[in-house]
Amino acid sequence: MANQEVDQSKRRFLIAATAVAGGAATMAVATPFVMSMLPSERAKAAGAPVEVDISKIEPGSMITAEWRGKPVWLINRTDEMLALTEKIDEKLLNDPKLEVPQQPDYAKNPTRSIKPNLMVMLGVCTHLGCSPTSKLKPGGEEGMSSDWPGGFYCPCHGSKFDLEGRVFAGSPAPINLEVPPHTYLSDTRLLIGADKEA
Amino acid sequence: MIKYLTCALKWVDDRFPLTATWKAHLSEYYAPKNFNFWYYFGSLALLVLVMQIVTGIFLTMHYKPDADLAFYSVETTIMRDVWGGWFIRYLHSTGASMFFIVVYLHMFRGLLYGSHRNPRELIWLFGVGIFLCLMGEAFFGYLLPWGQMSYWGAQVIVNLFGAIPFIGPDVAEWLRGDYLVSDATLNRFFAFHVIALPLVLLGLVAAHVLALHEVGSNNPDGVEIKKYKDPNTGIPLDGIPFHPYYTVKDIVGVVVFLMVFAAVVFFAPEMGGYFLEANNFVPANPMQTPAHIAPVWYFTPYYSILRAVPPMFNSQFPGVVAMGASVLIFAALPWLDRSPVKSIRYRGAQYKGWLTAFVISILVLGYLGTVPSNVWGQFDKDIFILGGADRATVLARVMMVVYFLFFILMPWYTKIDKTKPVPERVTG
Repeated sequence: MANQEVDQSKRRFLIAATAVAGGAATMAVATPFVMSMLPSERAKAAGAPVEVDISKIEPGSMITAEWRGKPVWLINRTDEMLALTEKIDEKLLNDPKLEVPQQPDYAKNPTRSIKPNLMVMLGVCTHLGCSPTSKLKPGGEEGMSSDWPGGFYCPCHGSKFDLEGRVFAGSPAPINLEVPPHTYLSDTRLLIGADKEA
Repeated sequence: MIKYLTCALKWVDDRFPLTATWKAHLSEYYAPKNFNFWYYFGSLALLVLVMQIVTGIFLTMHYKPDADLAFYSVETTIMRDVWGGWFIRYLHSTGASMFFIVVYLHMFRGLLYGSHRNPRELIWLFGVGIFLCLMGEAFFGYLLPWGQMSYWGAQVIVNLFGAIPFIGPDVAEWLRGDYLVSDATLNRFFAFHVIALPLVLLGLVAAHVLALHEVGSNNPDGVEIKKYKDPNTGIPLDGIPFHPYYTVKDIVGVVVFLMVFAAVVFFAPEMGGYFLEANNFVPANPMQTPAHIAPVWYFTPYYSILRAVPPMFNSQFPGVVAMGASVLIFAALPWLDRSPVKSIRYRGAQYKGWLTAFVISILVLGYLGTVPSNVWGQFDKDIFILGGADRATVLARVMMVVYFLFFILMPWYTKIDKTKPVPERVTG
């Protein structure tokens, strides 16, 4: 054996095979470490989508659900409300065309919703995270100006939003309220926090 | 007595290279005899590293990495209840800022005297690694007091990864371990801050020093002292042993440095909001964003660059890339510099001018990063192109261009620069 010549190609093959096996083993062992940094089951449960019954929302009123610790507003807009919102002069709004991605693609439409009447959005002001107050009734009835088209008013710093959550120009809030991912499970049940499965 | 000690030393030396290591790195490591003021900052950086490790160990004895407890373990337990806790904490928080001051001056020394040039490219690369590690340490450590600025700073930085196309949101979620910055995030940032990055940092520092001692130190003349050696001893003619000459010199630097350090710790630990931000004395609140989020001063030049790049294709990603590039581009420096000379003493007006412009750009970007982008208002509507733009943002963009041109044009302007003849030996 000792005076036999070294078979270089066999040696190279063995080195490569050892490296490949070692590399595969390293990757396999690394997997649980990398995956351990993903949200835990507990975090996932706390951040899971929430299901809401939307059949009980009277036309012209709203309810508030909670998802990931944030208030989610569900507003059942009447046709009159939709008409009033549509009539708002686009010059009065910061982002009437919804260019800032504050909504999923399926809500980037004229009513900013999947179904025209039901509006779903986070009740968190994009300025400093206060929760705005609802001023759904048009005109001065709820202390707003007489040309108020219905919407939301933030008591902290006076940001104003319309019923689609679009911010009025001149507000401290820079961008529209966020529309969370949501999907209809049926006509009466809405899942907040999940896009429609493909 | 001496006899026994000598005997003990011999016993150790037969089993471990103790005397040999002492000689190789201190008593018989020959450094150029003409080191000046700028050569204090390497050893000072080492001093701050040791201080951060020691104060950090004592802080972990009382700190609790838990979203419910973290803020109070710092602000109540450590700052009020623990004997001397406030002192250890202020040493650590001041140490973070001092670390960056020292390291920035140490890097500037490299730019002055060409310390990154052949044959010291690897020293420079290890140094860039140390710099990145340090930025990571500062970022992870800043979350731990769990104040408002900790929280929202981490939120903003983690969201930068969220801007990466396609995989971004998943990467951000993986980094946070949750859908928002939370207890899981705090816990892992604690792990990175106290164990993972310090280990990497120590390894890189060792590599940095070993590489330095392999090729030998540069000096303010940028000439190689190894070129002229005593034919009998092989010792460079312009070299002096690091110990005792430079150890003694560095003691002077250490004393002055510690005076400044102590003045900050005792009289201005918050440094007017630059070392510790006012908003961080408010507990983290995920439901409320502070009115103005600004990073600590040492990150502000890069933060300015991030803000200066406008969103393109509805994405913040170009800004993130520019910010990353502004840090990583330092690694390319040894290969961008084509000048035949190393030291600023023998360079021409081109390099001196560009270096000055570069320093000004960093200072201006650094200042702009501490203030809101509308601080100087907007240009009048009817001004050509600039109409309506934030004045501060426009200046930040100009300065960002200067910052990058310093690097990008370097191969060209260092080549055409009119250099002076370099002396054969150091000029003392």
